[in-house]
Amino acid sequence: MANYFNEEFETLPRAALEALQLKRLQAVVARVYAQVPFYRQSFDAAGIGPEDVKSLADLQRLPFTTKQDMRDSYPYGLFAAPLEEIVRIHASSGTTGKPTVVGYTQQDISTWTELMARSFVAAGAHKGDIIHNAYGYGLFTGGLGAHYGAERLGASVIPISGGNTKRQIMIMQDFGSTVLTCTPSYSLYLAEEAAAEGVDIRSSKLRVGIFGAEPWSEAMRGEIEANLGLDAIDIYGLSEIMGPGVAIECIEAKQGLHIWEDHFIPEIIDPATGQPVAAGEKGELVITTITKQGIPLIRYRTRDITSIDRTPCVCGRTHGRIARLSGRSDDMLIIRGVNVFPSQIESILVRVEGVEPHYLLIVDRKDNLDTLEVQVEVNEEMFSDEIKVLQSLARTIEKEIKDMLGVTSTVKLVEPKTIQRSEGKAQRVRDNRKL
Amino acid sequence: MKVEQISIFIENKSGRLAEITRILGEAGINIRALSLADTSDFGILRLIVNDVEKANAVLKEKGFTVSKTEVVAVEVPDQPGGLSTILQALDRDRINVEYMYAFVERCGGNAVIIFRFDETDKAITALSANSFNMLSGERLYSM
Repeated sequence: MANYFNEEFETLPRAALEALQLKRLQAVVARVYAQVPFYRQSFDAAGIGPEDVKSLADLQRLPFTTKQDMRDSYPYGLFAAPLEEIVRIHASSGTTGKPTVVGYTQQDISTWTELMARSFVAAGAHKGDIIHNAYGYGLFTGGLGAHYGAERLGASVIPISGGNTKRQIMIMQDFGSTVLTCTPSYSLYLAEEAAAEGVDIRSSKLRVGIFGAEPWSEAMRGEIEANLGLDAIDIYGLSEIMGPGVAIECIEAKQGLHIWEDHFIPEIIDPATGQPVAAGEKGELVITTITKQGIPLIRYRTRDITSIDRTPCVCGRTHGRIARLSGRSDDMLIIRGVNVFPSQIESILVRVEGVEPHYLLIVDRKDNLDTLEVQVEVNEEMFSDEIKVLQSLARTIEKEIKDMLGVTSTVKLVEPKTIQRSEGKAQRVRDNRKL
Repeated sequence: MKVEQISIFIENKSGRLAEITRILGEAGINIRALSLADTSDFGILRLIVNDVEKANAVLKEKGFTVSKTEVVAVEVPDQPGGLSTILQALDRDRINVEYMYAFVERCGGNAVIIFRFDETDKAITALSANSFNMLSGERLYSM
């Protein structure tokens, strides 16, 4: 028998769910048209007004919103509520220097908290659980999002955040953690470090792990479940839309992630044409937030590739399920849970060296942790015949990348023309991770 | 009294030195002295050659990152304490040596030390004041 946090809404019959979606969609469209100049202009340009949204199908007539649009209106341009109503501001990395900023009203925090609590229950957590929250706390939404949901659930949350793995292992054992929330790769790293300390994490009280913020696979689920002795559940979220808890697998099926359709309308489109794909086909996930107040987004292009399954689920939830994410329609990399665009690295290199360099990003996974190697071709402008100058250049680039993006990298200086050019354009990324 | 040296960036992988010496050999360039500084990832090959411009041109043409650096060549008697007297003189004037390498003259019993200083002109003045014999580029290239 399935457990729900909010049974009425989680099991709302499709007809009622869709009626609710339409009502909320109409309200949000009217709201952004009235409050946000960007939407007024883009709707006017598309020749569509709030009164034209008469059915859910009309959503497809509205223009898309992209990360670029968020950047163009940095920091608060897309907010639909006055700043005095905003109680929290989060940010995620943008494609170049400036981050993408999101603001939450008190009601937005309350909605997020409920959806995260629903997600915990769907994953098999309940009041009385001790939730070891190893997502990073800070501008990144992971830590605080899971934290609030865990409290709302009535569980005991340990706000351990990321890092200091030895201490994490000690606390996990001593405090009797039953639920682990972190990136999937970190869970494997934890298990490995525990083993090195002589601790068998499989005999700990951990029962459920809720893993997200980076791509993983069914094979990795098998490995995590075997190495940690828990049910590994996939969670999806992005700060632009809300944060963690946009969609989650139910422990009953572990077969696709229920996206909370009373708050979000998902669409799957062909990223090249912008047209919807056939039902069940893979494409880019586009999400419209229909209850958000701080920064509602209409048809936001997530760039995540997935499909939607609306067949009934054994858990009884009526909300559609998105398939495990299978890639990106842009060049964003997720490295240890951090979003990294090659263009960000490029702008750092240009700033450090003052010239446009040829570079290659090599991403790999060693001992279950993502690694980033940045190969940079040494040109005459940056070349010095003193070793220490070149080494210091490499360290400076590593430090800039760490400071700007929060990712540890190794910079390797290479000879000119050693980075492969394809069709005259440099190949920027080699992702060797086998997920 | 400055001497031109060429420096080449090389990755620490097999065959790179062979490639560079092959290119220079085919261009008819003679290497007078060399030094290789290396790290785990890359190295810098420093050469004194008989034709700096040509060496620079052929290596660049083959895609290498090359730079020309001014160094100073000082002659010292090839005997115990020879190098020490130079270094002591430099130390008195607080002149830093970035790097150095040495070779022995083919005829005559002297050693030649190639120095890279952070302040080349100051170093030349100090060496002159202490009556050390510095070799000109022409002399060194044709040695």
